[in-house]
Amino acid sequence: MALDSSSKRVFKVVGTRPPRPDGVDKVTGRALYGADVSAPGMLVGRILRSPHAHARIRAIDTTAAEALPGVKAVVTARDFARLEGDKIIDMGEDRTSLRDVRDNCLARDKALYDGHAVAAVAALTPEIARAALKLIAVDYEILPHVIDVDAAMRPDAPVVLAGRAHENVPGGMSPNVTNHSEFGHGDLEAGFAQADRIVERSFTTAATHQGYIEPHACLASVTGDGRADLWCCTQGQYNVRDICADLMGMQASQLRVTASEIGGGFGGKTVVFIEPVALLLARKSGRPVKIVMSREEVFRATGPTVSASIDVRIGMARDGRITAGEAVLRYSGGAFPCETVDMGAQAAFACYDLRAVRTLGWNVLTNRPKEAAYRAPGAPQAIYAVESVVDELCQGFGLDPLEVRLKNAARKGTKSSYGPTFEAIGLEATLEAAKAHPHYSAPLGPGQGRGLSAGFWFNFGGNTSVSLSVNTDGTVGITEGNPDIGGSRASISLMAAEELGIPYERVRTAIADTSSLGHNDVTDGSRVTFAVGLATIKAARDAKQKMCARAARIWGIDEEAVLWEDGAAKPSGPNAGDFPPMTLAEIAAVSFKTGGPIAGHNEAHADGAGVSFGVHICDVEVDRETGATKVLRYTVIQDAGKAVHPDYVEGQMQGGAVQGIGWALNEEYIYGEDGRLQNAGFLDYRVPVASDLPNIDTVILEIPNPGHPYGVRGVGETPIVPPLAALSNAVSRAIGQRMTRLPMSPPRVLEAINAGR
Amino acid sequence: MRYVRPETAEEAADLLGREEGVSRILAGGTDVLVQLKSGLVEPDLIVDIKRIAGMRDITPEDGGFRIGAAVSGAMLGEHAGVKALWPGVVEGFELIGSTQVQGRATMAGNLCNGSPAGDAVPSLVAAAAVARIQGPGGTRDCPVAEIPVGPGRTALGKGEIITSILLPARPARSGDAYLRFIPRTEMDIAVASAAVSLTLGADGRVAAARVALGAVAPTVRLVDAAAECLLGTGLEEDALAALAAACSAACRPIDDKRGTIAFRSQVAGVLARRAAAIAHQRAGRTS
Amino acid sequence: MKTIQVATTINGDSAEFVCGHDETLLDALRNRLGLTGAKEGCGTGDCGACSVRLDDRLVCSCLVLAAEAEGARIDTIEGLAQGETLHPLQQSFIDLAALQCGICTPGILVAAKALLDRNPEPTDTEIRYWLAGNLCRCTGYDKIVRAVQDAAAKMRSA
Repeated sequence: MALDSSSKRVFKVVGTRPPRPDGVDKVTGRALYGADVSAPGMLVGRILRSPHAHARIRAIDTTAAEALPGVKAVVTARDFARLEGDKIIDMGEDRTSLRDVRDNCLARDKALYDGHAVAAVAALTPEIARAALKLIAVDYEILPHVIDVDAAMRPDAPVVLAGRAHENVPGGMSPNVTNHSEFGHGDLEAGFAQADRIVERSFTTAATHQGYIEPHACLASVTGDGRADLWCCTQGQYNVRDICADLMGMQASQLRVTASEIGGGFGGKTVVFIEPVALLLARKSGRPVKIVMSREEVFRATGPTVSASIDVRIGMARDGRITAGEAVLRYSGGAFPCETVDMGAQAAFACYDLRAVRTLGWNVLTNRPKEAAYRAPGAPQAIYAVESVVDELCQGFGLDPLEVRLKNAARKGTKSSYGPTFEAIGLEATLEAAKAHPHYSAPLGPGQGRGLSAGFWFNFGGNTSVSLSVNTDGTVGITEGNPDIGGSRASISLMAAEELGIPYERVRTAIADTSSLGHNDVTDGSRVTFAVGLATIKAARDAKQKMCARAARIWGIDEEAVLWEDGAAKPSGPNAGDFPPMTLAEIAAVSFKTGGPIAGHNEAHADGAGVSFGVHICDVEVDRETGATKVLRYTVIQDAGKAVHPDYVEGQMQGGAVQGIGWALNEEYIYGEDGRLQNAGFLDYRVPVASDLPNIDTVILEIPNPGHPYGVRGVGETPIVPPLAALSNAVSRAIGQRMTRLPMSPPRVLEAINAGR
Repeated sequence: MRYVRPETAEEAADLLGREEGVSRILAGGTDVLVQLKSGLVEPDLIVDIKRIAGMRDITPEDGGFRIGAAVSGAMLGEHAGVKALWPGVVEGFELIGSTQVQGRATMAGNLCNGSPAGDAVPSLVAAAAVARIQGPGGTRDCPVAEIPVGPGRTALGKGEIITSILLPARPARSGDAYLRFIPRTEMDIAVASAAVSLTLGADGRVAAARVALGAVAPTVRLVDAAAECLLGTGLEEDALAALAAACSAACRPIDDKRGTIAFRSQVAGVLARRAAAIAHQRAGRTS
Repeated sequence: MKTIQVATTINGDSAEFVCGHDETLLDALRNRLGLTGAKEGCGTGDCGACSVRLDDRLVCSCLVLAAEAEGARIDTIEGLAQGETLHPLQQSFIDLAALQCGICTPGILVAAKALLDRNPEPTDTEIRYWLAGNLCRCTGYDKIVRAVQDAAAKMRSA
């Protein structure tokens, strides 16, 4: 649906900052998350995990565990239903095979990474479950493993899975190389020939984890007549249902999945890990089974980001014009094929209007857990590398990095580096706002550096269903199907109130289980405010049309002669008749006498998600004797299209920026020589703590998205993209050495400082 | 597992001495419960010592202070007397963990955990603090420096528990300080650390000094060669440089997920130099 | 004896429960007493989502054995509001959007209350260091610090 042509629209409700509807529950401890519910007769489920990075499973003997008093079920991969062929599960930011999902939930022939699930038990108590795990004998044949992405590409590398290469991967490469992509246009060599300077650098980024504070948790119940209920913390209950039903050999209609309140996801809860296992255990034991992951399990066996190795080559003319850009991305999405590198290859140069550009992407299997989406998956790594090289070129020419980005900025009509031609976009406005911001011109002290980076994300739409009921007391209930991960119930209520012309307080938005509403894609791709908002507006327009019809009936005039304005039905003009307007409440009050309940609904595939750009400015101070980096000041400037609830837009910008700061400075998956994860806890997987940070200043710009009636763009993912390069550029400038590895942990920074002494 | 809560130190020592399985002492629990959670230890007996008389007391003794083994970081941090006499000991202890951990963690526990990176230990070693130990056969005193014997191992015998730690009296014109390096600002384990305790003579020059390093060897290390660099000096640049070099040379660290050998050795010297300057300033203030 | 009987006071009410010898206070609160406001984010004292007060001291309830609560006074998030009236911290967190997913919020509110009880006028830096043991992955902490300041100001002028 296009932007409302009355684009000078004055919003009455959208753009305000009312309290969120789930606020009181969440500040009083009443809100129920994944681990917070119980069922009568419930058993405790626990999972046995591989201690090896790579091992053939010769046999699993569960007899001793089954014989332990209090153990009610033991399952292995053999308990899953036989799959008739495979299928691709499309989750927007993540496409994966059903067979791989199954084999990731419980290893079949090989354990592919440290922490890979191999068996599970359900028992009366946690103690018994723990004891039972120790009684399961797994006969492993330990195989050579490979952790590093570049090592895994070598022809002689241990093979993680054979025969999984996509057809466009050239022959002769390691079987670990599964995916290849290529994007770009123009004559690269001609472009580089025009450059006054060419910088070519190689970068690496470590795998990081979303680090949601709530571990995965679920409660499954399966009855003897083949029906099942599942309660879990997820970003997409419909997706959970479809996958679990397939793996259990059930009909989707017989499995009802209810999404709990969700304690963070950031992409990491778009997939399933424990849910099918809990269902298997519940079916086998005949009792409800609850599984709650420990923090260690979350780190070892859910979905971190890809680890990456990237080469970037950019040519620039003396005046700052980029003449050509090229990037080769080698991503490892872990032990199963992964397409995230495609998005990295598309995003790498998206901020620039280039005549010659090419990106090549490779995905490589390693003995790491399968990657899951994490906020703008694939983009932060690629854009980090590109923005670092652009910064180095600016330094080399003594050019202002903002001016250079303005000179080369993608704008309306630019043929993007990944193909499409951009419509109205906000990059130039964002850069101009950064230039005008006092932060950019504030003086720096000794030992300090300022870094700048632009960032980009596509944003997604997708399949969406919304139902809207007009209650007889004049209030409105909305049922939508996307878990509220950061305040979306408030945003959806705001848009409904705006459209219907009623106060926000009269609207309540609820999240449906899978039996109560049509399909909704997972909460990802920054799609909810855009796509669910779009469907909500359409559902509200549907309801308004019906209310106009009721008014027409009451007044005895044609439906076409009634319009909706300021929350009421009115005759469309003097010719239509002279009737006082009927408000929503008045029409609703008599609805049972004028044709029955009034409801609006919308089911659609939402297209037209508008891309979103951001620019971050960061000041750091580096301790030259210890390599410690302190973030002194941080500013996020981003185009939101239209900020529906500005508090939560700012929240996305701040939260994403801080996750990116963590990625840049300290967060990383650290593996030992034995291929085992060494830092599976918050002690040594170091997410930023409150005292690490300054306030995060935000500037919201509103360049309307032409594909949404209110101009809304997704905002949730773009903010994690720029911090990696913003920090790296700031540190590099502060110490006078170009940093090319993330994280920039103190030992690495000190090493660079020492090298420059 | 059995949880018991004896009323006297003798009873605690007796319980621990007679236990044939694995036992653990519970004071603040901030290490023990983490070990339980991870399955690292599966004790048969947990002896909670917090209800034993005196365990939570801070008592003046001969110009110093006796700190009960169950005194938490929060309690010590609120004690003006200890803070004034041994600020470096208090600041080292207070660096451990979060506010929440400070509500429970104890110095004796940090010592008995045996980690070379324990933040409470280097300052105690630099302070020449003495632990009082209750065993099945009676009590004995032992310098804190002699308690850790390797990562996770202590000199305590079967059935022995630390009941208190004595921070001794100190002359006028004394000061101490502790600094550690961590990647974040809070919540990390020290990658390298240094404690310096010194006393100035009437001439304002260093008359006595003790320097202890953490996280750079299998145990916290008292570095006499580093202390000697300070003696007789007014902490001039060359004395501080010599101190840093002596500290770096004394390091026997490992490469691990928290830091490298080169990083730890270099930064230990930097921290010792900075801590010495703070201790010096504090010593000047107390004259 | 496989279990221990514990008598304690929770949010001002006397409460008795039985627990295993190795059971944590967090598990007892959540599984025996139905107080699920305290969350387990890590079980190792690194995230603060399970924060409660134990005899007024702020602690991680995952690092306390349930048996240790004998005779103690425990305050949890469920006791922060007075009936329907929210504590100023709770109100400020809602008003200033200091929560997104909300899983860390109970722990942060309990911790922030402990701070304001001893320091009614903290600086931003004091708030940030006091709350360093409470991880929040959604907000970047900015709005949390502002909400604590907002509540502190309202409590001072009340």
